[in-house]
Amino acid sequence: MATNTQVPAEVRPPGGSQPGRTHRPGRMHWHSRLRQWGPGLLLLSPSLILLAIFVYGLIGWTINLSMQDRHTARPSKGFVGLDNYVNLFANDISDRFVHSLKNLAVFTVVFIGGTLLLGLLWAFLLERGAKAEGVFRTVYLFPMAVSFVASGVVWRWLMNAGTGENAGGINAIFEDLGLGFLENPWWTHPNWGMAAMAMPAIWQLSGYIMALFIAGFRGISHDLREAAYVDGATSYQLYRHVLFPQLTPTVLSALIITGHMSMKMFDLIMSVSGAQWITEVPAVYVWQTLLTSDYAKSAAISVFLLVVVALVIVPYLVHVNRAEKRS
Amino acid sequence: MRLSRRVSVAVVGLTALLAATACGDDGGGGTAVKNVEVFTWWADGGEKAGLDGLVGTFGTACPNFTFVNGAVAGGAGSNAKQVLASRLTQSDPPDTFQAHAGNELNDYISAGQIEDLSAKYTEWGLTNAFPAGLISNLTVDGKIYSVPANIHRANMLWGNKTVLASAGIAANATSLDAFFTDLDKLKAKGVTPLALGKDWTQLMLFESVLISNLGADKFIGLWNGSTPWDGADVTKSIADLQKLMTYTNKDRDTFDWTDAEKLIMEGKAGYQLMGDWEAADLDAKGFKDYSYTVFPGNTGVFQWLADSFVLPKGAKNAAGTECWLKTVGSAEGQKAFNTKKGSIPARTDAVAADYPAYQQTAIADWKSLKQVPSCAHGAGCSQGYMGALNSAMGKFSSDGNVSALQTALVAAAGQFAK
Amino acid sequence: MSTDVATPHLPGEDLVAPPPRQRLVVPGSRNAVVARTVRYALLIFFVLIVLMPLYVLVVTSFKSGREIGVNGQWNLPTEWTFASWTKAWTALGPSFVRTLQLAIPVALISSFIGAANGFVLSRWRFPGADVVFTLILFGMFIPYQAVMIPLREVVVWLGIPSGIPTLIFVHTIYGIPICTLIFRNYYATIVPVEIIEASKVDGAGLLRTFWSIILPISMPGFVVTIIWQFTSSWNDYLFAIFLSNTRNGPITIALNALAGAQSPDYAASMAGALITSLPTLLVYILLGRWFIGGLMAGSVKN
Repeated sequence: MATNTQVPAEVRPPGGSQPGRTHRPGRMHWHSRLRQWGPGLLLLSPSLILLAIFVYGLIGWTINLSMQDRHTARPSKGFVGLDNYVNLFANDISDRFVHSLKNLAVFTVVFIGGTLLLGLLWAFLLERGAKAEGVFRTVYLFPMAVSFVASGVVWRWLMNAGTGENAGGINAIFEDLGLGFLENPWWTHPNWGMAAMAMPAIWQLSGYIMALFIAGFRGISHDLREAAYVDGATSYQLYRHVLFPQLTPTVLSALIITGHMSMKMFDLIMSVSGAQWITEVPAVYVWQTLLTSDYAKSAAISVFLLVVVALVIVPYLVHVNRAEKRS
Repeated sequence: MRLSRRVSVAVVGLTALLAATACGDDGGGGTAVKNVEVFTWWADGGEKAGLDGLVGTFGTACPNFTFVNGAVAGGAGSNAKQVLASRLTQSDPPDTFQAHAGNELNDYISAGQIEDLSAKYTEWGLTNAFPAGLISNLTVDGKIYSVPANIHRANMLWGNKTVLASAGIAANATSLDAFFTDLDKLKAKGVTPLALGKDWTQLMLFESVLISNLGADKFIGLWNGSTPWDGADVTKSIADLQKLMTYTNKDRDTFDWTDAEKLIMEGKAGYQLMGDWEAADLDAKGFKDYSYTVFPGNTGVFQWLADSFVLPKGAKNAAGTECWLKTVGSAEGQKAFNTKKGSIPARTDAVAADYPAYQQTAIADWKSLKQVPSCAHGAGCSQGYMGALNSAMGKFSSDGNVSALQTALVAAAGQFAK
Repeated sequence: MSTDVATPHLPGEDLVAPPPRQRLVVPGSRNAVVARTVRYALLIFFVLIVLMPLYVLVVTSFKSGREIGVNGQWNLPTEWTFASWTKAWTALGPSFVRTLQLAIPVALISSFIGAANGFVLSRWRFPGADVVFTLILFGMFIPYQAVMIPLREVVVWLGIPSGIPTLIFVHTIYGIPICTLIFRNYYATIVPVEIIEASKVDGAGLLRTFWSIILPISMPGFVVTIIWQFTSSWNDYLFAIFLSNTRNGPITIALNALAGAQSPDYAASMAGALITSLPTLLVYILLGRWFIGGLMAGSVKN
């Protein structure tokens, strides 16, 4: 990796917790530098090499593949630039790719909104401490320990699309309670099926988001609350003007986590509905395309996903990096 | 790259060391020449039983070789196809693998992944053992690449006798119009008139409707490019399909074919279109009250699909594979396999009396009727074509848009039909 | 903020910190009683909702085949039976063992690598360290589809046997970023600078410092990364479906085959789902606090 060997013009000043340094880097002799950084780099280098190859190298490989005319198991017929990407939007049969993006959008909005709302609500209910707080927390968080494949088994059963006398799962409860009007086709609904598909994901991740928010609440200095009481603030005012604003970084983290998980959603959908048109998202489309040996198209969808994720993650990492340096 | 490889090898070494204590069971290696790894997706049920029967014959006919089961379960063959695709691209093929005969094989042929077996056909006397129509379907540029093990019929309509009788349906409908009348009777009885499953089962239904409206020859033309998909007859077929859909269970997209079959068994549905593996399955489940007939308007047409075995390029034990293929093509092998799997032998010299009742009629039909291939099962179209059509059917199931489906069909044909 | 990558202490600590004293309403007033009642009612309501799928799993897994799919699917079994558990274990047993063979080495190896990396990155601020760290971190956000197609070819080219060995290899590599992150944050606060400075003075090499001084005080970090890596490789489906199959792959593949087969047996599928979840649930229940610690650190992961 180029970053290991290049000599920067200037080394950043050491941060707060840095060991003191006696030499100014610019004047350091190469062998004293080697002595200072060498062993550390040596210890780090196997990982760096592995990640350079298996993350960045393979991404490069996939990008190259996505620009080839290779739609069968046979070798590529040549370089086609961005054609495969253009075709995803312009020439895909039934606009299948655009459809998968729409599905992903519906899923993402419901999933993020649902987990954030539930997570915040639970954290709000628990943050001041409750009797048996540990029990509630443990219960709310436990779905996180279960795989999507396993929870998909039960959610497929719960979201049985049968209604009336064929009702099953949740619909059967509605039927028994005389709430027949609530029965619905769940994930098989042509427009809003993906909102139902987000339910298991919300069930699974809300506890996690709750944990983030509780940590966020508890991280707020007690003095702030005390000060608010002294000023005679009502609890509404306390939360609205003092506590919630302090949670902004937590919300950002939660958005990033749920957002990038959503982009990659695969296990859950494969487990609940299997791969089919009505619930197809890009990650599933990649798999389906690969099954028909259309390597270039599969690679193009993968790279598109990667770019979407990177557009969110890279600024976030840079932001976090800066924040860390300031502290 | 040398460095990276060395580093990787070092890491692998470490990993292997830690894993070695436990990973003793997957012994690979060993005496390779004797073993014949047979790759299928027949992992359980009647399919496994059929494979076992075939293995028995193989053991007697080829005592020098040992059968190694390479079955990959799950996903109705899609898991297996994925594993197979990666093994083929990595030049690590099994000694032989299962593939639907017909156009699905084209992918492997055009990729140069399987060997020409034409000479073997002559040597083993297979050229005249199979019907001419099947041979012509297996032939690509004058060469044959696979040995078919069995024949299934796709365009069959199954019914619950009691339910049909209670709705006053005495005779099987022979036209779509008559069929719609019957479906209305069932609807009036308050049962699901036509049980249906998800995408590929919908494609099967659509193919049957196409056969009814276009006839056998034009239907065959759809797959080889001589019949256009934008014709009025196709439009009518889509409209018919749309009408048929209104008689089906609304939760069809959550159903596999066996879920639809269950509606028939429970008396909640009247009819179901499915391949003739349904007979073996119903028998196995102990349900006897079923009727079967060809799909209305398909009279005289046998829509087939076949499983076949091939010789991959670079197979480690080509001699063993050849002995396996010879067994598959032999009269004894086909009998041992098909009596248990519920399909009929591809060979024309099979003795019908050896088979259960339904299969006897199917054997007779296979000889006398017009043969057309199934796309949903890879006989009529390549895997890419099939994937595009399944997806298009899934869309149609959710939006019922006739013109959008036709546009998609035309586009798919433009991309995949030869 | 504890939720940032920059967490300057062991992740998850905030969560176990004591809650603030409650002074919002005067205890005993009517408002307080109403607020309390509403609060606990809501909390209990959500407990029921969250546990509902678990109830279905357990109840259905003890039903006999005859009871499945008839009326009263939400009821307790009229007759409790272990038949479905036996069936599920027959289907999943071998893959259960294989998944242990996968998850344990992965957890140990990637934790060890992560400790070494985290140590270096927390203390040796070589030129470009931040950029390198960010590049490492990015590796845990990528959609793995973007590496999957060539990855399959590379592992074969390297000659790694397919199935569990391949999965150990890839889970270890793609686990490096999160383990590095957790250890870096841990060391940044736990290890006093003086220790390293002192060891430098007395000439102890970096490796020796790491081995004899740092590792012995790294247990908390190890518990967090080991739990994290164990759980995520146990629950993984994506790598498994691309790089293994039902014969040599982990339990998620086997469960998917069991539950996704034609005419799935719901009782056996649900017993299978419980068997599949048992190890990770056990880890969660026994080591809950550390589990949460991993989640917190993983707030830059999923």
